[in-house]
Amino acid sequence: MDKTFLSEDILLKVDKPARYIGNEINMCIKDPAEVDIRIAFCFPDVYEIGMSNIGMQIIYGMFNAREDTYCERVFSPWFDLDAIMRERHIPLFTLETQTPVRELDMLAFTMGYEMCYTNILQVLDLSGIPMYASDRTDSDPIVFGGGTCAYNPEPIADFFDFLYIGEAETRYDMVLDLFRKHKGDRKTFLREVSHIEGIYVPSLYEPAYNEDGTLRAFTPKYEDVPARVKRQTVIDMDSVRFIDRPVVPFIKVTQDRVVLEIMRGCIRGCRFCQAGMIYRPQREHSAEYLKKYAVKMLEITGADEISLSSLSSSDYSGIKELLDFLIEYTSKKKVNISLPSLRIDAFSLDVMNKVQDVKKSSLTFAAEAGTQRLRDVINKGITEEDIMSGSLEAFKGGWNKVKMYFMLGLPTETDEDRNGIGELCERIAENYYTIPREERNGKVQIQASSSFFVPKPFTPFQWAGMKTAAEYTEMAHQVKDHIREQLNQKCIRYAWHDPEVSVLEGVFARGDRRLSELIVTAYRNGCMYDAWSDSFRADLWKKSFEECGISPDFYNRERETDELLPWDFIDIGVSREFLEREWNNARLGRVTPNCRQQCAGCGARSFEGGVCFEDKN
Amino acid sequence: MKIRIKFSKRGNIRFIGHLDMMRYFQKCMRRADIPIRYSDGFSPHQIMSFAAPLGLGTESDAEYMDIEITEDIDRAEAVKRLNDVMCDGVKVLDWKVMPDNSKTAMSQMESADYLVICGDVELAPLQKDEIPVTKENKKTGESKTVDIKPMIYEIHKVPEGVFMHIAQGSSANLKPSAVMELLGTGYDRIIRKEIYDSNGLTL
Ligand code: SF4
Repeated sequence: MDKTFLSEDILLKVDKPARYIGNEINMCIKDPAEVDIRIAFCFPDVYEIGMSNIGMQIIYGMFNAREDTYCERVFSPWFDLDAIMRERHIPLFTLETQTPVRELDMLAFTMGYEMCYTNILQVLDLSGIPMYASDRTDSDPIVFGGGTCAYNPEPIADFFDFLYIGEAETRYDMVLDLFRKHKGDRKTFLREVSHIEGIYVPSLYEPAYNEDGTLRAFTPKYEDVPARVKRQTVIDMDSVRFIDRPVVPFIKVTQDRVVLEIMRGCIRGCRFCQAGMIYRPQREHSAEYLKKYAVKMLEITGADEISLSSLSSSDYSGIKELLDFLIEYTSKKKVNISLPSLRIDAFSLDVMNKVQDVKKSSLTFAAEAGTQRLRDVINKGITEEDIMSGSLEAFKGGWNKVKMYFMLGLPTETDEDRNGIGELCERIAENYYTIPREERNGKVQIQASSSFFVPKPFTPFQWAGMKTAAEYTEMAHQVKDHIREQLNQKCIRYAWHDPEVSVLEGVFARGDRRLSELIVTAYRNGCMYDAWSDSFRADLWKKSFEECGISPDFYNRERETDELLPWDFIDIGVSREFLEREWNNARLGRVTPNCRQQCAGCGARSFEGGVCFEDKN
Repeated sequence: MKIRIKFSKRGNIRFIGHLDMMRYFQKCMRRADIPIRYSDGFSPHQIMSFAAPLGLGTESDAEYMDIEITEDIDRAEAVKRLNDVMCDGVKVLDWKVMPDNSKTAMSQMESADYLVICGDVELAPLQKDEIPVTKENKKTGESKTVDIKPMIYEIHKVPEGVFMHIAQGSSANLKPSAVMELLGTGYDRIIRKEIYDSNGLTL
């Protein structure tokens, strides 16, 4: 195709014009006149980020597998093009056919993080589609969304005609069949689609608030609209179709590699982790499926790297078989393997030894907390013993770089826990110097970093309070000062995330519908690309909060367990009783075993599959 | 075994820069299962080099790339396999076995032909014995005046615009856009038509 929506002078003026021209290998080409449904599918961030998202590739393939549907991609234009488009009134367009988004039937968003919310408005705004669903008419596309953020959709509910709660593979065919039937009649379609399990139509629900601002009731407006929306889940993972034609970008994207999704869910039950709860139960692909898939994907993309994707790859029961196969195959084909989220032990060290340059690579420990007490509170099943024996073994094998990840501001956290971060790093350093000088690979380098704890919906910590940005900064300084007091402090580097971003993330994570006004205000004030530290504007957000009369403290306060939460109408399959029980266990410092050790009765067994039924007759 | 590949780059792909084209071809080599040679080490990379980067927005009918292969492969078969995996706008035109001691396309290149698509243009500003052009070195801030007249081997009007044969190599290098700037005319498109070595032979 030799058509571009943007003129030559614009394309040569902006950074990386390849972001806007499509035409990549495996891009889906269809004749728009031959289909009934045209969908613009958007990841509301810049092209390189969006194209690295495996969910986007899965859904793109899934929609386009339908003969009656043509799904095209759209991303947030970067600042340079954004400014030109506004100035010259150029509408946002799709990559595939270079058509204005507004001319399509539907606009879908996949949302992986809260900080993309202003970019959703950017995309709607540049497309010429009303931001608020209530302002749209039959001539506007239907705007829908899904992804991790849909598990508490309330802050963005006003912008969406409907939201899909859960994994895309199960219900979208029904949704699109229904859309085809009612195309052009938005009202009927939305009412009907609300009957499909997993679909949430915000305009059909009414929130009511107490005087103190908390939620009093959240009810459907009509009797036929279900009061609870049930999360959708794939049970037989191998029944999921391959991404048979992954689009291969020309420019370097964040994940410039084949990503092999080996399983969904996690057995661990860390109490701060949302993914560990909302994707329960853990469900695996068979090693056979993955081997075939890996080969096919490498062949069809020509990628020179493959990486495993899961929440905790070491827990995948076929990990040995899969890695043995991949190591042999990739060394023949000169393909690199990258292995995130492997527990450091003899097995993983052996694997890493085979696939990486030990001198350059580093070990990663997500300890999350500085003391065993606090690790018990958050149910992080890694012990000091694990860290010490794993790192010692690695040091003997030639490694000398260690990355340590921590969280600050966790429930029950004290000075002792924060000081524990420096002390743990110190013991790792000392551990290194126990090996004889001639076996060492220079100095040990420990890189510790902290993020700030953000309570997320559907976790046992969904009731926990969050600190203010100033308190977080103070905590980080305390950690840093204590690190400087350690004997081996010269080997330890420490960094922390921007606390202002975390505080905002906290507001949206546990926000309600009244926040839509805040997001619109912030966007109007110039906020965009908030996930990018260079463009995050704490000052503009502060101003926007004030203009709307909204306080972040209200949303980040500790909540009572009898409070009605904005996301309570969603049924994720993990029960509220379980979460509450875990919240209590946390405060008692009681550890809950993982799913393979002993079922904790979280409720996810009702999905009738996955780890809950492993080896149990 | 050294191989020289000739390909064209037309249409939207002109917005893909040089480094991205290299990455594109690396993936194509894998997809087409070409037995290309790799460097040693933990992250082996393909032995591959291009004659000359093409500016963003410029098209070409004659791009050259050198690779090495580890086992012989039939010319027609190689061209077919590569073209089967190309995107719109890129076409492999030739696959040539080079002598083992041959120099790279990059070091052989001395001049190139360009077709500039533009409206009517007056070539008079170039009908002089000397055309001094002053260029400032961005890093050092020093400016240098060079006579570009000897770098223009040939220039004439054609129905589509202007055709030129100019110096492009390590010893003398002139950009077609710089020539157009001297003429003071805008243009729609620049297309590289051919690349030559010091003997005036195509690469
Ligand atoms: S029901 Fe038991 S085994 Fe299944 S996910 Fe919940 S805790 Fe784990």
